[in-house]
Amino acid sequence: MQTIEFKRRPKIIGSYSIVGPKEGQGPFGSFFDYVMKNDLFGEKTYELAERKMFEQAVMGALQSAGLQPNDVDLMLAGDLLNQIISSSFTARAFNMPYLGLFGACSTMAESLATGATLVDSGHFGNVICLTGSHFSTAERQFRFPLELGNQRVPTSQWTATAAGATILSLEGKGPQVVMATFGRVIDYGVVDVNNMGAAMAPSAADTLLTHFKDTGRKPSYYDLIVTGDLGKLGAEILLDLLEDKGIKLGLNYSDCGHCYYTRGQDTMCGGSGCGVSASVLNSYIIKKMKKGEYKKVLFVPTGALMSTTASQQGESIPGVSHAIVLEMGGV
Amino acid sequence: MKNQNVNQKYNEYVEARLPKTKAWPSLFNSFWVGGVICLLGQGINDLLLYLFPYMAMQSAWAWTLIILIFLASLLTALGVYDKIGKFAGGGSIVPITGFSNSISSPAIEFKHEGVIYGTCVKMFTIAGPVIVVGVVASVAVGIIYYIIGLF
Repeated sequence: MQTIEFKRRPKIIGSYSIVGPKEGQGPFGSFFDYVMKNDLFGEKTYELAERKMFEQAVMGALQSAGLQPNDVDLMLAGDLLNQIISSSFTARAFNMPYLGLFGACSTMAESLATGATLVDSGHFGNVICLTGSHFSTAERQFRFPLELGNQRVPTSQWTATAAGATILSLEGKGPQVVMATFGRVIDYGVVDVNNMGAAMAPSAADTLLTHFKDTGRKPSYYDLIVTGDLGKLGAEILLDLLEDKGIKLGLNYSDCGHCYYTRGQDTMCGGSGCGVSASVLNSYIIKKMKKGEYKKVLFVPTGALMSTTASQQGESIPGVSHAIVLEMGGV
Repeated sequence: MKNQNVNQKYNEYVEARLPKTKAWPSLFNSFWVGGVICLLGQGINDLLLYLFPYMAMQSAWAWTLIILIFLASLLTALGVYDKIGKFAGGGSIVPITGFSNSISSPAIEFKHEGVIYGTCVKMFTIAGPVIVVGVVASVAVGIIYYIIGLF
């Protein structure tokens, strides 16, 4: 069994989302808690800006839950930078017990699944789950300098400048984390680093199939099934892969990355990065759940587990995704 | 073996689904922007020869290159050249201005890592391979030229 049920149903008692200016102009713009005026966020380097974004996400989530930093028993965080520096340095600033995670862009689900398990066990009271990404730090680590005059290929995606934080607890009110399906690492041999949607789609398909098999549920059980950052092409591939196995996702399916920017924002296949699913969950999804517009949500962020070294050595790109069941119980 | 089959089938499927770049519009933009850059170079060259009538042709060429390289670096620093490059693609990459952009952009990008480990080390990450290919190719051409000369 890859799917576990949380008997005590940990609740999301606090959440916060922060994004860059470009993201603020996207379709989710009005849902985000804070939109930065510029990508540097008043810092000297983009790495510092990313860290400041993380810190503000933690502060914001604490505030929305009515907690102080020392009320938090554990921070679970991850990001895209080498040795997950943004997460670790944020944990240093808050002086919280900390576990660093790496699940690439699936980190929001990884932290929620781990956090819910730990909270459900009763050993931890308040756990904060945190992740994000920054366009300019990711670009210089994985791709080219910002000022280089080159063109993007049509399958590429735009790394979002965004972060999100969620606080889980057994006490309090909010959407409940009911189940989690822990995903396997799936690799269908895609080597093109500019086509991460195609690299990750098989892992999303595998996790979804496993989830439906383990729970005996059908896609129509959920008001919303949302993947992380497959982008336009990846989402289409996912639908095809699932249809091959006899599962048809309906209008309740969407991909955060695909709808993250408007067409005019010229992001090719859409958004990518840890920040996409983290910021959409902690703004749009949770707000809509609290309003009662969504009751049952299946949240499936997807991650491409590659490194520049591995890619240059010709390795293919493995994908991983985890599914989280969120329910708004008894409003 | 079975896995390899699945992978091959999947990659063929993905290949068939790939959105295609619209070739003609991007070729057209490449062509005219590249042409304008060359025209600019010729203009600078002619102007130099006009202003300094005693300048040797070879020095005028060198000065033209220096001016073009400087202009491209300046436009890179001002955040303009990447926009030209996005629009024109090869049209602004192939001329010497593109070469200048490929050196100045990492130099700017990595200045936070320090003068030596940042700027100096990273400066040639993109241009380096081009230089290597250029040098190796000229050695190869030189050898061929020498052999032909023997007969």
